[in-house]
Amino acid sequence: MSNALMTVKDLHSHYGMSHVLRGVSLEINSGETIALMGRNGMGKTTLIKCLLGLVPATSGDIIFREQDAKLLSTHLLAKAGIAYVPEGRGIFKNLSVKENLFLAARSGFEGRMDWTYDRVLDSFPRLKERLTHGGQQLSGGEQQMLSIGRALLTNPDLLILDEATEGLAPLIAQDIWNIIDVIKASGISTLIVDKNFKSLSKISNRCVVMVKGEIVFNDISSQLIARPEALKNWLGV
Amino acid sequence: MDAVTIFIQAMNGIQYGLLLFLVASGLTLIFGIMGVINIAHGSFYMIGAYLAWSFMGWIGNFWLGLFVGVVVAFVLGLVLEFLFIRFLYDKDHLQQVLVTYGLILIFSELRSVIWGDDVHSVAIPALLDGSIQLTENLAYPVYRIWLSSVCIVIAILMFLGIQHTRLGMMIRAGESDREMTKALGINIGLVYRFIFALGVSLAAFSGMISAPISSVFPGMGGQVLIVSFVVVVIGGLGSIKGAMVAALLVGLIDTFGKVTTLHIFGVNIFPEMAGMSIFALMALILMFRPQGIFGREH
Ligand SMILES: Nc1ncnc2c1ncn2[C@@H]1O[C@H](COP(=O)(O)OP(=O)(O)OP(=O)(O)O)[C@@H](O)[C@H]1O
Ligand SMILES: [Mg+2]
Repeated sequence: MSNALMTVKDLHSHYGMSHVLRGVSLEINSGETIALMGRNGMGKTTLIKCLLGLVPATSGDIIFREQDAKLLSTHLLAKAGIAYVPEGRGIFKNLSVKENLFLAARSGFEGRMDWTYDRVLDSFPRLKERLTHGGQQLSGGEQQMLSIGRALLTNPDLLILDEATEGLAPLIAQDIWNIIDVIKASGISTLIVDKNFKSLSKISNRCVVMVKGEIVFNDISSQLIARPEALKNWLGV
Repeated sequence: MDAVTIFIQAMNGIQYGLLLFLVASGLTLIFGIMGVINIAHGSFYMIGAYLAWSFMGWIGNFWLGLFVGVVVAFVLGLVLEFLFIRFLYDKDHLQQVLVTYGLILIFSELRSVIWGDDVHSVAIPALLDGSIQLTENLAYPVYRIWLSSVCIVIAILMFLGIQHTRLGMMIRAGESDREMTKALGINIGLVYRFIFALGVSLAAFSGMISAPISSVFPGMGGQVLIVSFVVVVIGGLGSIKGAMVAALLVGLIDTFGKVTTLHIFGVNIFPEMAGMSIFALMALILMFRPQGIFGREH
């Protein structure tokens, strides 16, 4: 038995007539940090939503911790240990910062409680000053911190971040990368999508590149950096 | 009108408004949270009134009847959500209206089979069957005061529940971002089922407590549905606060409209106009605020 936390086999997905995922296979091991890359519209978000059961897979398999994830609805997958920081952050605008966090807080797999309300606030001191603010009163960076903090409070084994630093000022983005480093050190597997190739490849153990719904590269980042023409074709960097 | 008459009519208007709120709040919650237009909502009010009438006949105890009726309505709500409503969440409004119209027909037919098509009246429970003397020859019924108080208590519980309980947080979260709510491990389907059943119970409860002060008749569901929709539209789709304000407005305007007299060429035109006044109010408000008083702009 491998130590794969999640295994995806030959996954296909459609939006109506358009075939968006065309046979994606991927393994996510425990404690691994994976960079999911690709140009706009290549299917990264769709893949993530399939993993979470938010978009139905047309065929293929998703196994999470030896269970058939395709049979589980989203809230059960979340309870099984997958946390999600979506594109656009997904903050509940009509809930206060505190309520956003409270709603998420629970123990993880086998009762693990690594991330508590206090630890999250210590990691994101800016949130501490804004506990009673409504979700819509936060800056983009604060929203992303809240979204990550909220995800951590579910004490997940796999954290999926879509567009981790999109639209954030460089200094704020750096704060987010630092937090991801802490998360990585705490042993949580992460799957991260971001446009910043340099930071993302530095932080990850493995890079996965998607082109038109297929995975064209799946290896350590130095292998990718060694192929400048492929980088240019696939990612435009 | 003298001061006492105005006072009494104001009390009646508020009482009618509060009752409307109970019906309309379920309607607006179900629309605001689940996005479902449920035109069968008035049927639950009608069912409630008929239940009250039957229970008075069978058990002879209004209070026990009220309790059993609410439980029956809640279970009915759970079952209906499971069988029909949950399939409507991602459908368009036309399909929702068609399915819930089907429910109206079913309930109307069932009512006819079970209870017949007669008009009935329900006696005021003995405990509240008195009145408070206001002046020498004017009195106000205790039952109506009780009814208003119950509505106020329920409204307060609703506001507190939505603002301060975990379930309330889930409801608000689901309203803001359904996918994200699920992704945090919340079984939103179960939350929806509960809310729907709660809405059904509220409508049925309103029908039951209103039975002793109005008659129980086949068309009562349709009547209350239309007025409740006016309330929901005026208040702003999905807004509980809006439903409260609009319900009171509609209650007062409707009540005063019915007792106001305005003679034109010796003919009193007002009672006939009263029925129209709430629609005029709706048109007026929509002209200036198309999203309703507390509605959010889209
Ligand atoms: N809800 C939808 N309905 C129909 N087509 C969609 C939908 N969402 C995405 N698509 C299409 O599916 C393809 C993949 O989109 P997806 O959002 O997964 O890409 P992405 O790699 O995340 O892109 P980006 O970097 O812009 O976020 C695109 O061609 C997009 O237009
Ligand atoms: Mg995307």
